Amino acid sequence: MVTTQEHARAVAARVTDPELPMLTLDDLGVLRDVTVTGDGVVVTITPTYSGCPALEAMRDDLVGELRVAGYRDVTVRTVLHPPWSSDWISEDGRRKLAEAGIAPPGPAPAHGQGPIPVTLHTPRSQVPSDVCCPWCGSAETSEISRFGATACRALRRCSTCAEPFEHVKEI
Amino acid sequence: MSFDNAYEAITEQNDARWAFGTGFDSPLSGVDSELPEGVDRADLAAYSLMLADDALVVSHRLQQWCTHAPELEEEVALANIALDLLGQARMLYSRAGQAEGGDRAEDDYAYFRTESEFGNVRLAELAQPDFAFLVATLLVFTTWRLALLQRMTGSRDPVLAAIAAKGIKEVTYHRDYAAQWVVRLGDGTDYSRQRMRDALEAVWPYVDELFATHPVERRMAEAGVGADPASLRDECAAVFGTVLESATLEVPQVSPRAGVAGRAGRHGVHTESMGYLVAELQSVARAYPEATW
Repeated sequence: MVTTQEHARAVAARVTDPELPMLTLDDLGVLRDVTVTGDGVVVTITPTYSGCPALEAMRDDLVGELRVAGYRDVTVRTVLHPPWSSDWISEDGRRKLAEAGIAPPGPAPAHGQGPIPVTLHTPRSQVPSDVCCPWCGSAETSEISRFGATACRALRRCSTCAEPFEHVKEI
Repeated sequence: MSFDNAYEAITEQNDARWAFGTGFDSPLSGVDSELPEGVDRADLAAYSLMLADDALVVSHRLQQWCTHAPELEEEVALANIALDLLGQARMLYSRAGQAEGGDRAEDDYAYFRTESEFGNVRLAELAQPDFAFLVATLLVFTTWRLALLQRMTGSRDPVLAAIAAKGIKEVTYHRDYAAQWVVRLGDGTDYSRQRMRDALEAVWPYVDELFATHPVERRMAEAGVGADPASLRDECAAVFGTVLESATLEVPQVSPRAGVAGRAGRHGVHTESMGYLVAELQSVARAYPEATW
């Protein structure tokens, strides 16, 4: 038997990200908690980047979807801590990204204690790269720019099939 | 649905034609806003405002590069960095509003304060005449802010600590971007090297101010909420040394630009370029104070 809790969670989990619509908020790892209290639901989400403009749309979509599913009183809470990491993108999410031609992120860099070292080499010189081309699978890819169409994506190109592609960067 | 004028149509609430809607909520909406015990509210508000002003003013300078960057990739990179800093500024303004306990929100701070009420360091506001000047400013600013945010992750204020922890991941990228360009231009052609060196010499008089401690910063550091900027000096100097050595350049030997009777950006005493920046930043909000977006 499906409990209300599980049902509300399932409804919230199918809301998609406005900028990466092939992913649900659950796949992306921004959906942190869904709790049913009385006839209301409290959904907790976390932003990917500080300036992410999609957060407002996520809030509206969550409220809309849950209302349609019969939950009248929907509250969306934001948590900032712990900060979102690309490691939270699910296995399913990684597969969907790759199918859409966007290379999924590798493991996020771990920062221990002490100052974070500055990276002076340009990563475009690393061949073979850790990021494989989502079209042909080649590891002969290089970075064009670390900044792309949204805060979470970088631009790369493949030297084997010559196609450009996007890459969700590791944070 | 028909409207009498176009403006009415675009301000309709919940209009699905806008990707992200209109009428933005506070970025801290739904975040636990409790204040840490024993922390002075006025100091916390003033401190949050200083850090927000730094981010907003640098963000605005970066936004001015839109359509002026040397190539499309840089255009996109600068807009991304500006957006991250704008996000940090919005959260910090909201935190200032919560600490103040009044009814001021992010827009009131950004759009309805005068130039002398802005507490950003002067480095943030400098007009950026060329790309070398931009990357020089950005290298100094991001190195300093990253060191500051790293210390702030241990803040007694859980909201500032969380904003800092998020910000670190972003500013690490921003600093790499600036550092790689400084190296590329410094260790490039004779001409690019000269332009990079000139830019560093023009920016460097404003570096010393970053490590001067304002009374609010001192009290917040003592209260375990903020970091004393003076304590960041050695770490920043080490980064500048590493980057400039790689760029085959030297740290400029120039005198610091003095404030007015010891007062500078943190005290609301700015350079001439700040007046123009604030006027542009606030022009729409001042002309249409009831406008929503």
